[in-house]
Amino acid sequence: MSAIRGRVVARDGDDALVRTARGDVRVKHAGAAQPGDLVELEGAGLPLRRVRKYPRTEYPPRGSEVARLPPSRRGNLAARGRMMAALREFFASREFVEVDTPLVVPAPGLEVHLAAVPAGNGFLITSPEYQMKRLLAGGMERIYQVCKCFRAGEVGHHHQPEFTMLEWYRAWEDLDAIARDTEQLVAHVATAVNGRPQVTVHGKKIAVDGPWLRLTVAEAMYDHAKVAVRGDESVAELTEAVRAAGIDPGTARHWDDVFFTAFVERVEPALAAIDRPVLLADWPAPLAALARRKPGNPAVAERFEAYVGGVELANAFGELTDPLEQRARFEDDLGVRRARGLPQYPIDERFLAALGEGLPPSAGIALGVDRLAMLVLGARTIDEVVAFAAGEI
Amino acid sequence: MYDTSDIRKGLKVLLDGNPYTVVEFQFIKPGKGAAFTRTRFKNLLSGAVIERNIRSGEKLEPANVEERTMQYLYKEADDLVFMDDKSFEQVQVRAEMIGEAADLMKDNLPCTVLFFNERPVDVTLPTFVLLEVTASEPGVAGNTAAGNVTKAATVETGGSVQVPLFINIGDMIKIDTRTHEYVERVNKK
Repeated sequence: MSAIRGRVVARDGDDALVRTARGDVRVKHAGAAQPGDLVELEGAGLPLRRVRKYPRTEYPPRGSEVARLPPSRRGNLAARGRMMAALREFFASREFVEVDTPLVVPAPGLEVHLAAVPAGNGFLITSPEYQMKRLLAGGMERIYQVCKCFRAGEVGHHHQPEFTMLEWYRAWEDLDAIARDTEQLVAHVATAVNGRPQVTVHGKKIAVDGPWLRLTVAEAMYDHAKVAVRGDESVAELTEAVRAAGIDPGTARHWDDVFFTAFVERVEPALAAIDRPVLLADWPAPLAALARRKPGNPAVAERFEAYVGGVELANAFGELTDPLEQRARFEDDLGVRRARGLPQYPIDERFLAALGEGLPPSAGIALGVDRLAMLVLGARTIDEVVAFAAGEI
Repeated sequence: MYDTSDIRKGLKVLLDGNPYTVVEFQFIKPGKGAAFTRTRFKNLLSGAVIERNIRSGEKLEPANVEERTMQYLYKEADDLVFMDDKSFEQVQVRAEMIGEAADLMKDNLPCTVLFFNERPVDVTLPTFVLLEVTASEPGVAGNTAAGNVTKAATVETGGSVQVPLFINIGDMIKIDTRTHEYVERVNKK
């Protein structure tokens, strides 16, 4: 008869509770076995024999492959927990209401470069923005949410197909208020975890107390890629400018693809070299997404992206509140999706109806919580700051 | 044709007419933009490394390259002759393609020959070879004070290597073919 192996999970006086593959058993006269020890049960009524002894600090024991977390993961998760407590404290002290909107929706985002994951009769959200804006239209003024979002196929050092998003919105306020929130939030959580408003990106320390550097997309593209971008040029004109700057747009035929070829090649590396956080503002109108056009300069949108050490942390909009323009943009996205053979998602008619009934002037932002944790904890990849990364589930 | 989802370390592709292998890649996706794969490629002919951002949807042309393990047979004028162990097919390779390491090649040495469009373009030797020392001056005691801790030795294949003073004729030594440097003395059989 082969002995049964198990692990001591608790002591009760002279007895030990042992977890085995067949369930938990109580063993009398357990001797010196301590929680964590691997033991062998010789048979009913026989005393257990300790096979290996582990100090608690070495739990889980060597050789365990499934239970064992990568080095520093436990410390990172504990620090991330403190960061989240500080984050909620930040919003509570500013009288934001924490909300929880549905994760399964009939109409996910239509953005051309996002792929939604089907779930039941609908899709998992790629962002909670439609539902949160409906809450603004319904009369809520300061709301925030921390939730999971899902984007199929995105796996990399800064991407996970399931990730944690923070979004917050202010009705009756503009993008500047959101920019100030962003600077203060990052400084607040960095201080709560690290004792000072400082984060680490690829080993480089970056002070995050404000104000952050403000740059427009036109300035960044001109300074770092030598491409002049207004936002109202044709794709042919932009392609010519990108070529003239010595960048090969390859097979790119769409405005956004030509733009991002230059952006990824020249601007992102330059942003990574700036030793302060950057708010990159005034995005060209073809990249407006759900942002309204800037009054006085319709070639650009009221949108900024926050970059810290080259890591894209957050994306903010002065919200588009015009239901007709919003519907036209949705139709455009669907047209591009059709042309490229991408899935056709339904238009969220309730969202458009809410805009029609009146969304106050508002501003809001989406911030990647896992990336924030990476920066605060000085991690190099998202995998280091989540409980289980995509490849570990 | 390959697309960006095929990119992995060691993938062989043709860029501007030259064969490259992927050495490193990273998924990047600027907000609201298409996904790119930031990829580092090594030129299989020159060894030069370049970086390209490949947009999702772009295609990469496979390079017609093949690595074959072949045995070194003999030298013929300026060429070295290799034989495929399985097919017994023989190819001639210019000695200059191998460079300095050519004088460390012993008969029957298994090498990796890289073919591009059916033509041999590169030969990789095993990282280490074991060779017998056939000529070397005896070490002179006291020379070490002047920092002179090595001496020249000739090995059985005719190559010359700097070795420590304690090495004698008849010793078997291990040599790094990448650097042409002595590694250690190996116990005699």
